[in-house]
Amino acid sequence: MTFEETLSIYVFIPLVKIVVIVLILSGAIAYLTLLERKIIAHIQVRLGPMRVGWHGLLQPIADGLKFLLKEDIVPSKSDALIFTLAPMISLIPAFVVFAVVPFGSPETLEGPLRWVLSWFLEAGSVETVVQNPIASGGFVTDINIAILFVLSVSSVGILGVILGGWASNSKYPLLGALRSSAQMVSYEVALGFSIIGVLLVAGSLSLVEIVQSQQESGLWYVFVQPVAFILFFICGMAETNRLPFDLPEAETELVGGFHTEYSGFRFSLFFLAEYANMITVSAVAVTLFLGGWLRPFPNVEWLGFLDVIPSVLWFLIKVFIILYVFIWIRGTLPRFRFDQLMEYGWKIFLPVALGNVIVSAGVLLL
Amino acid sequence: MEQATVLDTKVLEVNMGPQHPSTHGVLRVKLKLDGEKVVDADCVIGYLHRGVEKISENRSYINGVPYYDRTDYIAAVSNVYGYLLGVEKMMGIEVPERARHIRIMMTEFNRIASHLLWLATHAIDIGAMTVFLYCFREREEILKLFESLFGARLTTHAFRVAGLWKDLPAGFEQAVRDFINEFPHRVDEYEQLLTNNRIWLARTQGIGVISGEEAIDWGLSGPVLRGSGVDYDVRKARPYGGYEEFEFDVPLGENGDTYDRYVIRIEEMRQSCRIIQQVIDGLPDGPVRGKAPRTLKPAVGEYFSTIEGPRGELGYYIVSDGSVQPFRVRIRPPTFISLQALRRLVKGHLMADVIAIIGTLDIVLGEIDR
Repeated sequence: MTFEETLSIYVFIPLVKIVVIVLILSGAIAYLTLLERKIIAHIQVRLGPMRVGWHGLLQPIADGLKFLLKEDIVPSKSDALIFTLAPMISLIPAFVVFAVVPFGSPETLEGPLRWVLSWFLEAGSVETVVQNPIASGGFVTDINIAILFVLSVSSVGILGVILGGWASNSKYPLLGALRSSAQMVSYEVALGFSIIGVLLVAGSLSLVEIVQSQQESGLWYVFVQPVAFILFFICGMAETNRLPFDLPEAETELVGGFHTEYSGFRFSLFFLAEYANMITVSAVAVTLFLGGWLRPFPNVEWLGFLDVIPSVLWFLIKVFIILYVFIWIRGTLPRFRFDQLMEYGWKIFLPVALGNVIVSAGVLLL
Repeated sequence: MEQATVLDTKVLEVNMGPQHPSTHGVLRVKLKLDGEKVVDADCVIGYLHRGVEKISENRSYINGVPYYDRTDYIAAVSNVYGYLLGVEKMMGIEVPERARHIRIMMTEFNRIASHLLWLATHAIDIGAMTVFLYCFREREEILKLFESLFGARLTTHAFRVAGLWKDLPAGFEQAVRDFINEFPHRVDEYEQLLTNNRIWLARTQGIGVISGEEAIDWGLSGPVLRGSGVDYDVRKARPYGGYEEFEFDVPLGENGDTYDRYVIRIEEMRQSCRIIQQVIDGLPDGPVRGKAPRTLKPAVGEYFSTIEGPRGELGYYIVSDGSVQPFRVRIRPPTFISLQALRRLVKGHLMADVIAIIGTLDIVLGEIDR
């Protein structure tokens, strides 16, 4: 491999992908807030934002501007450094996770890449680069411990919530932070176990390989591991602090929970982190259980016409559906109480997840 | 003396309110928390005190009426109704039948509106956001009816001495019929979202339990008392204003918990609808205002009238010294009395339950502070 080829495979192309993904993700988060407001509004027989732009389409931009222009307040008794760091700690991991999430199949970018590279490289090198999945795949990178990476990085985000609540040096945020630490610990365990079921079947920790093995078996893992999917979905909801598990922020109990003392752009970072996490959980759920970039029933021949839709689009459609369910649930259900939440986590979800692991391991062994 | 160590825990004192999203106004509760468990709760009230009782000592009986709109502003019609019943009792004024019936109809509408607001806020306190907006949709219809008849939506100044300000406007009866035909289905919608919802049950059953005897000892009334299974409704026990002419049931609870009180209020909305149906079907013709002297000068004495407001027994104790102004007016506000029981109800529960219990008492700070 020549120097130019190496450089483009491992530096330039990933860099471009990272920039594109971060930009698209930021936009997606901003518009997810609008989407949520619109969907919930229609569930609740009202219209939602209508004033800024056509059907409120510019609302997220107006909101962002408003947050930027707000006064920057750091409470005098707070721990200023941690208070400032906390929102960033909670937002950044949500972005980092997307380094390993496959948006599209390993051949997604072949065509466009070949065209772009022909301007810079010789014909031979172009082929070498294009054949490499790291360059032409619909993902930034494909590491063999991807799922562990996702779990560990996303749990860093929780630190932001705890630190934010603690650094505010105020009572309601403290209660919120305590709640969140307890909640995240109890649900992360069940979440991890629910993933093990999939790992057992797929035999790999790499997200790309998990999707590929779903293609080989011709079945999305939601049909192979339905219990694990339900568990993952519920625990994911708890992880992202969404109703009915939004206890750390429960605005009617703890005013704002961990972000009570936050205002302006710092607050909006927490806010965006919640939505970013929603997208992350949905993306991981789609990858693990709903066949990632695959079309429905990937091995059924006569459904071949569905391949007209590119793989990335399939992925996005599925993510959207999961997000919609998230929002739909928020519009429907009341909130759990703290002790009930812990009870469900430890007494129901964890045993069920463990049982699921044992059963699937047993079946595979036979 | 014990040595303090790092692992020692101490009780956390939290101020809930007066600026808190779910204390229903400006109630301040000083909570002592052990973790999330409530050790003690102390209510601080008075942030909305306007001295309504004192003001009315310096107003004539008639000029005093609008002030009672503003005590319990959620149930303004009931409040004015209670006061006027007291004044009419003092003066021995007869109210024409048509006016009496319309008064009952509007008071029941007010009960529905008040319960809708309660359900909305109670549900959103527990996290069910959609019910909140559904309830406001129906409440809006009732407020439109108020506006067409009284000229105002919230502080309605609903009734006048000896009757009404004016007769029903054109199209009013049809609007009422439309509403009561549609409304029971809307209540079904709320119930679909809440009544059998596992989370809702977990959040309300066994929360804030109070036995019937204890509820009587605390002086509780209205849905809170009936939730504990005590069959006491002023409309049945001491009928006033013609309630004995209408048929309705008084729903009773068994366990005296938050869920029972929820079920009762839902059922009360249906029963109010039933009363309105009967009123509108048999509405007699005739004048809507009886004869009353221009200035009211009741004989010296003490008078007490009580009605069943949406929140419980609403009483007016009026002392007359024979002049045109009352010597003393004392309101018996139902939620002021039920708020006393808050401390007893929340002890040992969790922080989140405090919200549910405040919601289930259906307090209105305008009435508590007056």
